[in-house]
Amino acid sequence: MQRSFLQRFSIVGLYLWGFRISVLLIVVWGSFGTFQAGCPSVFTLCAFKSRYSADVWLDLLVYGLSQGSVYALIALGYTMVYGILRMINFAHGDVFMAGAYTAYYLAAAFGRAGFLNRHPLLSLAAVLALAMITAMSIALVLERVAYRPLRRAPRLIPLISAIGASFFIEYAFRGFFGSGFQAYPEWQIFKGEWAIAGVGILRTQAVVIVAAVALMVVLYGFVMRTKTGTAMRAVSEDLEVASLMGIDVDRVIVITFGIGGAAAGAAGVLYALVFKQVHFFMGFFPGIKAFTAAVLGGIGNIPGAMLGGVFLGIFESMGPILILEGLRVPGIYPGGIPAPYQLKDVIAFTMLVMVLIFRPSGILGERLATKKA
Amino acid sequence: MGILASQQLTKRFGGLIALSELDLDVAERSIHSIIGPNGAGKTTYFNCVTGFYRAEEGRTFFNGQPIDTLTPDKITQLGIARTYQNIRLFANMTCLENILVGMHPHLKSSWMGAILRTPATRQDEAQAHEEAIRLLQFVGQRGKGDYLARNLPYGEQRRLEVARALASRPKLLLLDEPTAGMNPRESMDTMAFIRRLRDELGITILLIEHNMRVVMGISEIITVLDFGQKIAEGTPDQVRNDPRVIEAYLGTRRGVAGVGA
Amino acid sequence: MRSDRGSWGRVISGGLIFGAAAVFVSLVGMVEALGVRVIVIGVIDFGRLLLLLIGLGAGYQAARRGGGGVVIALLRGLLAGAATGAGLAALLVLGSEVNLRGMFINASPALFEIISFGRGAAGVPLVVAAGAVVGVLGAAATLLPGTVRGPLGAGVTATIVIGLFQELLQIILQGEEGVRAAIRQLIFVPEGLPPRGALEVFVVVLVASALWRSRRPVVRGWISKRPPRTQRLLRLLGLLLAVAVVLVLPAAGGLFVSQVLVLVGLYTLMGLGLNLEVGFAGLLDLGFVAFFAIGAYTVGLLTSTGQYGVAHWSFWAAVPVALVVSLIAGFLFGLPILRIRGDYLAIATLGFGEIIRLLALSDALRPWFGGSQGILAVPKPNIGGFEFSGPMQIFYITLVSSAFIAFVAARLRDSRLGRAWMAMREDEDVAEAMGINLINVKLLAYGIGGAFAGMGGAIFAALLGSIFPHSFNLLISINVLALIIVGGMGSLPGVVVGSLFLVGLPELLREFSDFRFLVYGAALIIMMQVKPAGLWPAAAVRRELLKEEPVGAVTEGPVAERAEA
Repeated sequence: MQRSFLQRFSIVGLYLWGFRISVLLIVVWGSFGTFQAGCPSVFTLCAFKSRYSADVWLDLLVYGLSQGSVYALIALGYTMVYGILRMINFAHGDVFMAGAYTAYYLAAAFGRAGFLNRHPLLSLAAVLALAMITAMSIALVLERVAYRPLRRAPRLIPLISAIGASFFIEYAFRGFFGSGFQAYPEWQIFKGEWAIAGVGILRTQAVVIVAAVALMVVLYGFVMRTKTGTAMRAVSEDLEVASLMGIDVDRVIVITFGIGGAAAGAAGVLYALVFKQVHFFMGFFPGIKAFTAAVLGGIGNIPGAMLGGVFLGIFESMGPILILEGLRVPGIYPGGIPAPYQLKDVIAFTMLVMVLIFRPSGILGERLATKKA
Repeated sequence: MGILASQQLTKRFGGLIALSELDLDVAERSIHSIIGPNGAGKTTYFNCVTGFYRAEEGRTFFNGQPIDTLTPDKITQLGIARTYQNIRLFANMTCLENILVGMHPHLKSSWMGAILRTPATRQDEAQAHEEAIRLLQFVGQRGKGDYLARNLPYGEQRRLEVARALASRPKLLLLDEPTAGMNPRESMDTMAFIRRLRDELGITILLIEHNMRVVMGISEIITVLDFGQKIAEGTPDQVRNDPRVIEAYLGTRRGVAGVGA
Repeated sequence: MRSDRGSWGRVISGGLIFGAAAVFVSLVGMVEALGVRVIVIGVIDFGRLLLLLIGLGAGYQAARRGGGGVVIALLRGLLAGAATGAGLAALLVLGSEVNLRGMFINASPALFEIISFGRGAAGVPLVVAAGAVVGVLGAAATLLPGTVRGPLGAGVTATIVIGLFQELLQIILQGEEGVRAAIRQLIFVPEGLPPRGALEVFVVVLVASALWRSRRPVVRGWISKRPPRTQRLLRLLGLLLAVAVVLVLPAAGGLFVSQVLVLVGLYTLMGLGLNLEVGFAGLLDLGFVAFFAIGAYTVGLLTSTGQYGVAHWSFWAAVPVALVVSLIAGFLFGLPILRIRGDYLAIATLGFGEIIRLLALSDALRPWFGGSQGILAVPKPNIGGFEFSGPMQIFYITLVSSAFIAFVAARLRDSRLGRAWMAMREDEDVAEAMGINLINVKLLAYGIGGAFAGMGGAIFAALLGSIFPHSFNLLISINVLALIIVGGMGSLPGVVVGSLFLVGLPELLREFSDFRFLVYGAALIIMMQVKPAGLWPAAAVRRELLKEEPVGAVTEGPVAERAEA
């Protein structure tokens, strides 16, 4: 609601402005530095001629898009659950991991049998299906065991339960399958590049983007067009009223967790296609980032989550080079920040913190944010 | 100008106008009621006065000092305290602690003092405890200091909330439906209690109430709100017979006295 | 009778859930890994005990729900136990038909050996039968009167605990002759606890417990009849005894025990800090480890004699600076997130904590903080020539600082500031309407909580003699959160209890530490539903729990509704 104990000019306000301005300065200074690197004069920008050609930027963009569409798929689960239960499903990232990890065994078996390359699309569909089913079942068990008994409890209680669930799932998988990385098998036909409109694009990334977009379209259609989807939207609008209208709220919540879980499972496989390995802890960071994406798009807002995911993915892939490498500080970093890719996650987390501080209602602005307070 | 005065106060929520150019003047040591149908803007007005909402237009003065730019804690420190329509006690704290929190503004001990337990801190705390126990007695809850607030019966929770408000030594007390959920007998007790607050402690009372028997019985001045606007103001008799009030409440013939209870 | 059949169905499905739990602990590797720790030689090890407990639990819960006579209850236990056994048997059959190991790395022959009593697939009937027997035992436990069950339980528990820690106890009781050696030789053989020793322990504890049960009222009565001065003296004596025991612990337990105790102490320090933020002020902070890191890096940079040292100060001069730096860090960290509430706050703090770790790890800040190689050559503290060279000595620094910090926390809790924190935890808006300046109060919570953790970090730096950014990951924050929740949010003794259970135990049972986060996760989920007030609830809550039925609870709060359940 109209909370405003910090709205006026104060030390706190000054501090926050300082924070904003310094981040802005770093971004502007850094990107300017990158764009004019190697240029004859300080006042000319010649990004595409200097250290990085247009191709590099395009590669980064496509990579960011594929990352972002994975984030978007995960973010759907966060945003739908938050929309209905007003709780952060902290274990959602681990549902994502669980799907990818379990499907790994099917993919590996296909790989050994040679099925993978004989029927690439069929095998991909089967792997995706298995991942979605496992992830969905885990999400459902999670809801039943860790969240449902706490539905009427004060807000911190289910969050703590969710944190517990997150670690339980991670370490259960570690116990089952070991603590090492497992190499995801590769589909031969997804190796190399496709030339699309004269531009070479890595095939895996194209597949990821296409599959993620297709899944999101299906999901969005489900939520907007079907009767169950309408019920979901009604419950997220107002749980009590919806239940008075004869909607079975329990069922809607179960379906929400199921759909969110399935999307996360599929995202897990797509993520593994790009990074070619799975690990019990792999869900944690994508989970947090997808949550950032969900907040960015206005939590509870499904198209917002998709947009937020894509935005975050692109920002994260371009950010280190764009901002940090050009951040030349005389005397300390004459050549820009060393090893900028180490700070990729710092960029994502800074974005998370800044969104939570300055724009908790998301970039699209969402009615839920006002209801929440 | 009285102890509390609002001039041309306007508060909007998006497109909805909750308060519209409201003028309100509360005389010192009076018992002043605000009535009106649901959604008339009564609680919104309380929220604006206590700094919880910020009005878009207009000003509010307390003892002649403008308060509409202050934060809620500063406003409380000036001497305005309130209770809530849906009781909002600190549920997991004891009754005594609830009252001690109410005393927060006029206790002085700092955190360093608390760690070192300086003589000044100790004296401050001892006095606060004494006063808190007196306040508990005043609202008829002697010996309940150790109970968690959430375990008190409903009526006692209401009274504890008043005690907590009194703990800040207010000059003006805002009561939001103090008799909600009470039976007629308890309502009468509460009325007597409110009068005692004014007569014995000299506190100005501004209250929101739906129970017309209480409102008519206790108020010296009544302000009637409808859709955020003041539609009438006056003594109980004047308000009771005001055609606009009757219309706002019923749109028909019955008198205001028949509403509520 | 339909309802009756339904209830039998529930017994079986309940048993199957326990069976699933048994399969889970087997496949996750606990049974085999913990099997290394023998409790009673030739009788039982930790892994088998786990399965046994699950079977007992199945019988116990089946017998407890629903009425019926003794026979019916035992029958329920039998059925539930058999169902549990059937779950394991199914794993056995599956394991002998398919090579599960391609997927589940713990589905090893050794595991199946344990489950099947060495008989392979032929052991299936035996497993089910064993499950049934154990189930009946579990059911029988519900039927015993308290006077029997209490001492029996005490005897069994004592035997298990002594068996689990036999190695440690043997070290404590080492020596050639004297009382300690005599006790050791009476109970133990060099390899562990033999059945004879187990029986001795069991009988002694059983008898002692039964005696205590019958004599307790007499002793209590005797004490309460003494004059108050004597009572106070007795209490003081008890306290002194406890302090004395704690003081000699490192010397008695040796290096390993001291190391564990120091860790417990460090986690207690962090727990006290986080408890102040979460338990008192209701601010869920998942980036808490950042303060620990800040304390450690401050001491490291100020004292290190290595490459990154800037001042070569002594430990004692650096500690106050570390406290102040982490206090200020708390303010700065708190300022931007003042407006964020509830679960968003948890995520924002998590983000902050990770940012700090990643920065410390990065090459960008390497010239100052040493990057991933960290800071080396942090000297040990010393006073007038006495060097706190290892855990056995540093233990005392930890002990003194924990005691001091706990004292400070207790004073703050009972002060005006403490009440303001709690009011804010209960209802932020109303707290502000009570005249509390939320900004000040929140910043103080972050600052003081951070300073407590900074103290822990300072000692940590001296303990290890080096600092690596890898030590400051999110798992530490989760660890601290778990321990204050298990101990009881807002409760100071709870912090100690929590860190003993969640840090001390897994360290002492090394085989167990692989599974600690698994167990923490489960503990958080279960605690939230069963005992949200924790093992040692805060005083006010505890008083309430002891009272009879609450009259009519209306409002809610963090612990409110759950505590009544």
